Amino acid sequence: MLMTFFKALATLLFLVAAACAVTSPARADAIDDALGHFAQDKFPETDKGIDSLSGSGAPTAAAVMDALANNRLLFDPGSKQIFYKDASDTLFDAKTGAKAEGVDASTLKKVRLNNAVRSKLQSVGGSMALLAPDPTKRLDAANAVFRSHDANQLAPVETALAKENDAAVKAALLQARAAILATKPDATADQRLDAIQVLKLRGDQDAQGLLTPLATVAPDDASMDKVRTAAKAALSAISMQLAIWQAVQNVWYGVSLGSVLLLAAIGLAITFGVMGIINMAHGEMVMIGAYTTFVVQQVIRTSMPGLFDASLIIAVPLAFLVSGAVGIAIERLVIRHLYGRPLETLLATWGISLILQQAVRTTFGANNKEVGAPSFMSGSFHLGGLEITSGRMWIIAFTICVFVALQLVLRATPFGLRMRAVTQNRRMASAMGISTGRIDALAFGLGSGIAGIAGVALSQIDNVSPNLGQSYIIDSFMVVVFGGVGNLWGTLVAALALGIANKFLEPLAGAVLAKIAVLVFIILFIQKRPRGLFALKGRSVEA
Amino acid sequence: MDRFVMNRRQALLGATAAAGALTMGGLSRAAFAADETVKVGVLHSLSGTMAISETTLKDVMLMLIDEQNKKGGVLGKKLEAVVVDPASNWPLFAEKARELISKDGAVATFGCWTSVSRKSVLPVFQELDSILFYPVQYEGEECQRNVFYTGAAPNQQAIPAVDYLMSGDGGNVKRWVLAGTDYVYPRTTNKILEAYLKLKGVASEDIMINYTPFGHSDWQTIVSDIKKFGSAGKKTAVVSTINGDANVPFYKELGNQGLKATDIPVVAFSVGEEELAGMDTKPLVGHLTAWNYFMSIDTPENKAFIDKWHAFTKKPTRTTNDPMEAHYIGFNAWVKAVEKAGTFKADPVIDALIGVSVPNLSGGYSTVMPNHHITKPVYIGEIQADGQMNTVWQTPGLVVAQEWSPYLEGSKDLIGDWRSPMSCGNFNVKTGKCGGAA
Repeated sequence: MLMTFFKALATLLFLVAAACAVTSPARADAIDDALGHFAQDKFPETDKGIDSLSGSGAPTAAAVMDALANNRLLFDPGSKQIFYKDASDTLFDAKTGAKAEGVDASTLKKVRLNNAVRSKLQSVGGSMALLAPDPTKRLDAANAVFRSHDANQLAPVETALAKENDAAVKAALLQARAAILATKPDATADQRLDAIQVLKLRGDQDAQGLLTPLATVAPDDASMDKVRTAAKAALSAISMQLAIWQAVQNVWYGVSLGSVLLLAAIGLAITFGVMGIINMAHGEMVMIGAYTTFVVQQVIRTSMPGLFDASLIIAVPLAFLVSGAVGIAIERLVIRHLYGRPLETLLATWGISLILQQAVRTTFGANNKEVGAPSFMSGSFHLGGLEITSGRMWIIAFTICVFVALQLVLRATPFGLRMRAVTQNRRMASAMGISTGRIDALAFGLGSGIAGIAGVALSQIDNVSPNLGQSYIIDSFMVVVFGGVGNLWGTLVAALALGIANKFLEPLAGAVLAKIAVLVFIILFIQKRPRGLFALKGRSVEA
Repeated sequence: MDRFVMNRRQALLGATAAAGALTMGGLSRAAFAADETVKVGVLHSLSGTMAISETTLKDVMLMLIDEQNKKGGVLGKKLEAVVVDPASNWPLFAEKARELISKDGAVATFGCWTSVSRKSVLPVFQELDSILFYPVQYEGEECQRNVFYTGAAPNQQAIPAVDYLMSGDGGNVKRWVLAGTDYVYPRTTNKILEAYLKLKGVASEDIMINYTPFGHSDWQTIVSDIKKFGSAGKKTAVVSTINGDANVPFYKELGNQGLKATDIPVVAFSVGEEELAGMDTKPLVGHLTAWNYFMSIDTPENKAFIDKWHAFTKKPTRTTNDPMEAHYIGFNAWVKAVEKAGTFKADPVIDALIGVSVPNLSGGYSTVMPNHHITKPVYIGEIQADGQMNTVWQTPGLVVAQEWSPYLEGSKDLIGDWRSPMSCGNFNVKTGKCGGAA
């Protein structure tokens, strides 16, 4: 492994040197030579082209590199001339940088990229950006060098270090230098010891990856004894730290999974938990919510693209209304006639779920639909050794909001009071002048509407397809039954407990066994406590 | 509670599907009357979980048959598609196949997607002696007289993909994650790949194998495990046999956790243009797929095919994919074999199919071999921001399928050859005996 790496490195150095030597006499030749490589339509040639271009100092070099990275570098298969397009699709001659007139863009072919070329571009682009005026760009560039730890970048990093006065960028540059020195084959023992100190402080998986080869570096060389012991010590310190973070990470993943379970189950906690209706079409309400999000995004994309980041916020109330309306329609048309007959309700709602699935399939097609992520929900950030993906974080926050809002509706509004009254004692409530039929319909609508809201969130992490609901229905019932029927807090605790248990079991037993283990556990638990974690006490139990 | 729900659910699924199927069957049988037509069966799920992939194949079959009829049909007779819906329900596949052959009199059937559905219809095709064209890449380890496998065997997809990643172009990968959905195709493919990698000198600790349930949607732990596995200082790649629906959340998680193709490339065997159409592909640029056909392949044949497809579906944005090409090849091979045999009867057509060579969409010819598999070129493509693949590597020529993997203990001595006098799907070259029904 190391040998091939050295060889590749040596060839690369040689090529750069050769390119420089050949191209130094005249600039015009240099750029011609560099561009000539791009017209070959072969990846190794493109690679060479990048090297000679970065060494040529040509005025168009940066623009050409940028175009290449964005798939906008073109060549004429006949004349071998190179052109590039800028972001607004205007065609330029790559050699002169002048606008290309009278060239038929449709005859041009794209200069293709592969991962090797892309890495090369990143690392070359990295060294160019190390001296950029914008500190965030410099930080990105330093991190890019850290990842590539290409020995060619050592000199630019040293230059940048000498000039740098931003503390964060400086730290990143020091780590980048350490990464290069840790992997550079001809680094001295002292350089390596320095690198080990810096990497030990960084203390993450990347540092671990860079240190591992150092622990066994050059076993015959006594001068490297110190390096090996230092690397071993640093490694054991890092792995201790990583193990602790791993546990924290598992809890976080568990909470995240739990929040998804809770979101999917919370609507069911009302229709099944509070009203006692076994609603097999619950998953389809979630699906309808997800499709509403899709439609909202479609409309925004075509008519007002500026609003895209707000698409989910717009979709939430709409999904609530659409799913809620469908829920109320189902309750009024079907379920109302079946109260007190759980078996028939189950069959009827199962039938409805199939009808809804096929209806969506016929309207939207069987394929998955793309629901994009708004910019604030993409990407991830680090919190210590914890990697937090923004999308998941927002879903957790969103789940908390939904839960709190629902509790407020049930506890603090007249509708909530009536609903609780009806579920606790229907006849008494009716005698007090509550229209039980209306309350039933609204409660079912509320449960369905919340399922629709869940669909908005789930569209961010799962497929938006007609089958979306099916994958959540079993889990939802599991959470509600485990938590205790009729108790929202029970649903919360159950969802989190199942999520975290699943995530701690998964690394040990694998995803398949973890899921089975959780199921078996719940079955055994229900044998012992048929009413779930938090059983409701009082008269309503008999109802 | 759960147990009750589940049982009830399954029973209901069966009942509803059966009811739906009855109406479907009734409709299709009422639709034809003339004697001058010959029926061709189309056995793809149009509802249920597999509808997402199989509906397109039904459409492409209708297009191919329509086109053949415009050219005057086969042997002077018009073809008629009999479409049935097995509703992603494996036992129903067998029932529908029986119905197609014995009630509707279909002379050949094009269908199935999952391996389990293929296994479920095998006995029916054997018993009633009819022909099935199976268009999907699969795990191999099978060679039946009544089946023609127009999709890729492992050595026509998985092995070349691994070879590419091991090469300098692919990044000299030294550490491997084999991630798959927990069922027969990924398990067998990964068994073959593991044996192959070990043969190539990869140590056990450099291979991580991971299985997930169908439709797995929470990939946080696994993606972070992959990340950890990949940070050991050796170039790492993921070989994904993750099935259909689970791919979207998998790739979303990869994108969210910032795992780029330049760090750890993922090469997928079950992700095509069709699956990518439902995804935001920008974070996926550079991840790889291995197939025998890409929509982006620049040949006149492919361009004509795509134009016809768009005209037929009246949707200029519909994608084409590998299994569609497999049906294109399979159907044309069948037409040619029928013309060669001069009859629609199964036995002569089965014999005539061997050696038939028809154009594929990538500018070459695919030939039906004696093992009932076809020769194919292999392409490695990188996912582009527009959801298309950009070919970064291809095999220099056509690859002949190895239906029995030479890397597995149980199958390395077996060969399939349906020409007489051997006429055997699992002939053991060591013992010199035919294994019989396999």
